[in-house]
Amino acid sequence: MCGIAGILKTDGSVPDRERLSMMTFAIAHRGPDAQGIHCDGPAGLAHARLSIIDLEGGAQPMSIADGSLSITFNGEIFNYIELREELIKKGHKFATRSDTEVILHLYQEEGEACVRRLNGQWAFAIWDSAKQSLFLSRDRLGVRPLFYTRTGDSFLFASEIKGLFANSEVPRELDLHALDQVFTFWVVVPPRTAFRDIWQLPPGHSLVFSDGALRVYEYWDVNYCADQVVSEEREKQLTEDLLNLLLDATNIRLRSDVPVGAYLSGGLDSTVITALTHRLVGDRLRTFSVSFDDKEFDESPYQREASQFLHTQHSNAQCSYDDIAAVFPAVVWHSEQPVLRTAPAPMMLLSRLVRNSGFKVVLTGEGADEILGGYDIFKETKIRQFWGKNLASPWRPLLLKRLYPYMEGIQRQSPHYLKSFFHVTDQELASPFFSHLPRWELTSKLKMLFSDAVRAELKDADSLSCLQSELPRKFLSWTGFNRAEYLEAKYLLPGYILSSQGDRMAMANAVEGRYPFLDYRVVEFAAKLPSRLKMKVLNQKYILKQACDGLIPKSIKYRYKQPYRAPDGKSFLSSASYLDEMLSPMRIEQDGIFDSRSTSALIAKFKSGRPTSVKDNMALVGILSTQLLLQQFVRHSRGPSICNATMPEKFAVS
Amino acid sequence: MQRDYAGEVRSFVVANYLVGRDPSFSNDDSFLELGIIDSTGILELISHLESTYGIEVTDDELNPDNLDSVNRIAAYLARKSAVPASGRTSIESEAVCLR
Repeated sequence: MCGIAGILKTDGSVPDRERLSMMTFAIAHRGPDAQGIHCDGPAGLAHARLSIIDLEGGAQPMSIADGSLSITFNGEIFNYIELREELIKKGHKFATRSDTEVILHLYQEEGEACVRRLNGQWAFAIWDSAKQSLFLSRDRLGVRPLFYTRTGDSFLFASEIKGLFANSEVPRELDLHALDQVFTFWVVVPPRTAFRDIWQLPPGHSLVFSDGALRVYEYWDVNYCADQVVSEEREKQLTEDLLNLLLDATNIRLRSDVPVGAYLSGGLDSTVITALTHRLVGDRLRTFSVSFDDKEFDESPYQREASQFLHTQHSNAQCSYDDIAAVFPAVVWHSEQPVLRTAPAPMMLLSRLVRNSGFKVVLTGEGADEILGGYDIFKETKIRQFWGKNLASPWRPLLLKRLYPYMEGIQRQSPHYLKSFFHVTDQELASPFFSHLPRWELTSKLKMLFSDAVRAELKDADSLSCLQSELPRKFLSWTGFNRAEYLEAKYLLPGYILSSQGDRMAMANAVEGRYPFLDYRVVEFAAKLPSRLKMKVLNQKYILKQACDGLIPKSIKYRYKQPYRAPDGKSFLSSASYLDEMLSPMRIEQDGIFDSRSTSALIAKFKSGRPTSVKDNMALVGILSTQLLLQQFVRHSRGPSICNATMPEKFAVS
Repeated sequence: MQRDYAGEVRSFVVANYLVGRDPSFSNDDSFLELGIIDSTGILELISHLESTYGIEVTDDELNPDNLDSVNRIAAYLARKSAVPASGRTSIESEAVCLR
């Protein structure tokens, strides 16, 4: 895993090596093992390396064909061994054992279409000097990040936005429409980013820059099949196929020249991945988890049980409110966007533990909830649709109460209130976003905390219509269940789960995550499954539970699904010395994004000890992270002035 | 003198749900239609009414007829305060009667 950056001069000049070096330096945390720069004509490629495959021969940027093709690559191609053999048969000569060289030869053989053959997680740039063309590509699901921008005389790209900001002529300004999206969908919708005129290459897309023109196109998207009824025998076959696919997806993700560990959260997905890994490598597997002082969020009994059952050597990062507060500015620095939850913070502490334990690579269970019907929002959608078919039914809304047995606020509601809160009306049933309307409407309420000026600026912003225009034509032909799956897999997964909570938190400590559930073969297989095999009645991830029967402890297979969460607002109340500074009326007014009176009222509500709602917590974390983003990227051009100073000692680099 | 329930409830709603913003709704406007109170907000409202006015909001009473606007809550409070809270212990209830 690594960091990449590059410059393509559009005015005929040659790129400045010093600049490339500064861009690499800005993302050096992603690749502390080596740095490299390669310039050829108007193109300059740069690389910060974390050595994982072919430790000796894999240095980058790398060139072949007498230097006419050069690459800077972040990620892993897991099927590189098979592709390499195939290319050798076609006459290609390899100088290294690396997956990097395989991409170059495959590009030489198949051109831009080569990315369809790759099974992996990547962001790369190839300079084709014969064609004078720069080719950028990002993996199908958006595991690895890639950002770009244009200045008067250059096209610039980097793994992280801070790599682009290393160029002083790149403006640093918050994009208010992106802010509107975060405060609606929890994510910025690609190609937008939190910053104006900084773009991200969307997952499953490639980009070509040649003859002064930029072309971005989609090479892959998930597609769902109409639900069919399957026989018991067919169901058995599909269950077996899923297990075999997952086993192979895990197996090729163990390809590494350094040891591979696994995250073990105590939930179904990471336990399944750990169990499959255990089957492949035996008892020597190292596992890692995060636990919480606050019992509401803690899953350590399940983590211990899974570790004992699978005979892993387990380590744990215990996380307090103060730890979350201390690390949060660094979380924002690495996420490069506002977040509405603190859940990324413990993930950064966890990757620190992994790194300190001598590991660079971990397998995790990310993706299962999106592709196999794991999230509560799918269940909620199913119940709301069921109720919608008979709106007068006094019994159907009772299912909603069953959905959230732990939420008193839901348990005590009358049907009238339930109908209103869960948006079960004819009009909403007809919306393409039916599944997500309750969530997005609740989140949109946070916008009332925007300042008058920002509200005036966003008066005509219509994030829902913008998103609707991004959807593929086939979207409306899918079932409500599949639509909900698509919205999660297409937007929340890359925009938050794999980035703010994934790549960025792991790479902050130079740790690479690998995700067997996000092997594209598994994703495509899951998309073709009838939804009743993903959620049988209200049993989430039904087929996965069937597939892993006997492989994991029964208690984990049957436990109630607990979404991964961390303490939000209360993390900041006792020890976040920067809270009062960042959210002081003077600072809020200077920055102009939020309303100072409302912000003060919100803080007062938290400090009073009165009950706070989900919305209040999202508001506090959202305002704080936006203010920290401004502080670290817009006010100060030199980075996370407050985050290094406040990193908890127990997690410091050894 | 009659307590100004409507004024008090309105202050609570503005401070608690609107964090001081948008006080431009009328006392008859529906909280649900305006999206002022969400599912967790209802719990905050009940907890506030119970602790401030010494009443118990029963599950039967938890419906929009009683709670969906400033004036409806004010009317509900007026009705409730006319009778001793059923949730109080018998000794507390007697103490109320003795006064």
